[in-house]
Amino acid sequence: MALTEQDVLAGLAELVNDETGIAADAVQMDKSFTDDLDIDSISMMTIVVNAEDKFGVKIPDEEVKNLVTVADAVNYITANQG
Amino acid sequence: MKTLRQTTPTQFSRIYSLGAARGEISVTNDDIAGPIDSSDEWIRQRTGIITRKRAGATTSLMDLSVRAAREAIDKARISPADIDAVILATISFPYQTPSGATLLAELVGATNAAAYDISAACAGYCYGIAQADSLVRSGTARYVLVVGAEKLSDFIDPTDRSISFLLGDGAGAAVVGPSDHAGISKTVWGSDGGNWDKVGMTGSLIDFRDGKIPWPTLIQEGQSVFRWAVWEMVKVAKEALEESGLEPADLAALVTHQANVRIIDEFAKQLGLPESVVVAKDIVDTGNTSAASIPLAMHRLLAEGQVKSGGFALQIGFGAGLAYAAQVVELP
Repeated sequence: MALTEQDVLAGLAELVNDETGIAADAVQMDKSFTDDLDIDSISMMTIVVNAEDKFGVKIPDEEVKNLVTVADAVNYITANQG
Repeated sequence: MKTLRQTTPTQFSRIYSLGAARGEISVTNDDIAGPIDSSDEWIRQRTGIITRKRAGATTSLMDLSVRAAREAIDKARISPADIDAVILATISFPYQTPSGATLLAELVGATNAAAYDISAACAGYCYGIAQADSLVRSGTARYVLVVGAEKLSDFIDPTDRSISFLLGDGAGAAVVGPSDHAGISKTVWGSDGGNWDKVGMTGSLIDFRDGKIPWPTLIQEGQSVFRWAVWEMVKVAKEALEESGLEPADLAALVTHQANVRIIDEFAKQLGLPESVVVAKDIVDTGNTSAASIPLAMHRLLAEGQVKSGGFALQIGFGAGLAYAAQVVELP
């Protein structure tokens, strides 16, 4: 069964927490990965690769730069999950 | 009818010795932070680098190469005249031709050795070891000198935030020769020209001549390279280990190309090695020296007594091309 946006948000927040130590409840839809959460490009890519595994979705390199906010990532994963 | 005679192969090869030379100037993060609007903390956090070694204006790539090569030849206890082939892996020798290797052969006394440069960037040293192994075991050469050498500071842009601030200068050398036991495992290597533009130069020398670009410097798409260097290259490392017939616990050291501490840490994590395996991090105060980084890092592990001669190290080079190569070697 496809995951809901809420499921994806919760799963993504866990991945962000694993990689950066940022509290999962700070990972909210309107937050920017770089400006609000201060996640650097290398951590971002680690989160992306782990998200691919977790959600069974492909996130190509050229798509990663479009994932500016948490909502961008949640929406992309929700729409493309396998 | 006469038959053709071919070389008589020898069964095994190994690395006899290593040599190392680093640029003489320690360049701190504070020294370079200004033009990239950065700070010591930012650079340490993203790269793990505290200082990088760079060569001064009067120290050439060839000077570094000769120093490293002489140390390796001395330690191998062979005469330089017995070296049959000299392979120089570099992307920063500033002549299109002749090769740097022929001059290096002359300067170290490897008179009449076959000599040539190879361009495989950060994979260059492991490509060189693969070739040396094949030359020795085929009987084409008895002793081969492999040198990875870079003066990358000639090709950096102080305002570039993608790669320049990582880079250092140095040379690492190895002498490879015949052995009574296996000292170099099968090389797992390859390339991905589909990502030719992910690491490279800002343009060609023709572009520079025609005034279209300033002096060409190094540049990379760091995020894409990070993904490739960790998750794709870990597969290559696992394959090389499998080909060697060893288990992870049999390794004394992991010596990856010293690209960035974040890459090395994630690489080691994904590879899942036991804690007994030393992970080389020469980059912390040498910087990323491309083709020189693996022999420099291995030389240091041995010099500091972190690993012992006779142990096994998994070495893997990866970078511009994209090109990669990995093999397990017995530490000299």
